[in-house]
Amino acid sequence: MADFDAASTRARPLSPHLQIYRPMLTMMMSIVHRITGAALYFGTLLLAWWLIAAAAGPNAYANVEWFMGTLIGKLILFGYTWALIHHMLGGVRHLIWDTLHGLEPAEREMLALGTLVGSITLTVLVWVVGYLAMGGPR
Amino acid sequence: MIGQRSTELRTPMRRVRGLGPGHSGTTHFWHQRITSVAGIPLTIAMVVIIIALLGRTPATALQTLSSPVVAVIMLLFIINSAYHMWIGMQEIILDYVHDEGWKLLSLMANTFYVIAVAFASCFAILKMSFGV
Repeated sequence: MADFDAASTRARPLSPHLQIYRPMLTMMMSIVHRITGAALYFGTLLLAWWLIAAAAGPNAYANVEWFMGTLIGKLILFGYTWALIHHMLGGVRHLIWDTLHGLEPAEREMLALGTLVGSITLTVLVWVVGYLAMGGPR
Repeated sequence: MIGQRSTELRTPMRRVRGLGPGHSGTTHFWHQRITSVAGIPLTIAMVVIIIALLGRTPATALQTLSSPVVAVIMLLFIINSAYHMWIGMQEIILDYVHDEGWKLLSLMANTFYVIAVAFASCFAILKMSFGV
């Protein structure tokens, strides 16, 4: 048993972590998927606040509308929109991978790029539609 | 474990039977997939609902939010998202929090937070729907 004890206390080789790899798009999209997920986790408070305010009455609702109208509010809301869409598209990508499709080098690069381009395009589109729904340029 | 030295008395079967950091198997993995598939149409519907409510008066917004179809879609979105984000945050905690005490506390905090946010949101929708 002495041999085994010596073996178990010796420093074990560890799997290398993120900082050792050259940053790649698929890797960045993987990290961003987790970050957007965590951001949405806390961003859900906005949804809860909005719903509670709508249920509470016109004054509370006006407060939410006021905050969302400020520059900070708009930035948070824009970030929330992008995180939501990016996380959704990233999820679709993972569901495709779950079926064992799109795992070839060129395919996974395309999917990663598609997630990013798609999320930015759709976020801008949603905001343009939202702007027009509010009455557009007045 | 043939050909590999180990001081462990546990068999490989014991190791794979639900003894990851979460002490459970692939249930959450699978549930995360189910809730992600359900989340796609629900998220799109939510974005449409919110755009439709932009710039409306509180009275009009209240009327829309309390209509049965909108209320049910929002309730489904919240319950589905709550479970999805509960699993997701648990996975993040298990990846980064290794101290048993902090792990236990953060897993509890995750559960409390998710239930509180989901319950508050659902309560608000139901209150509007039933017009109390």
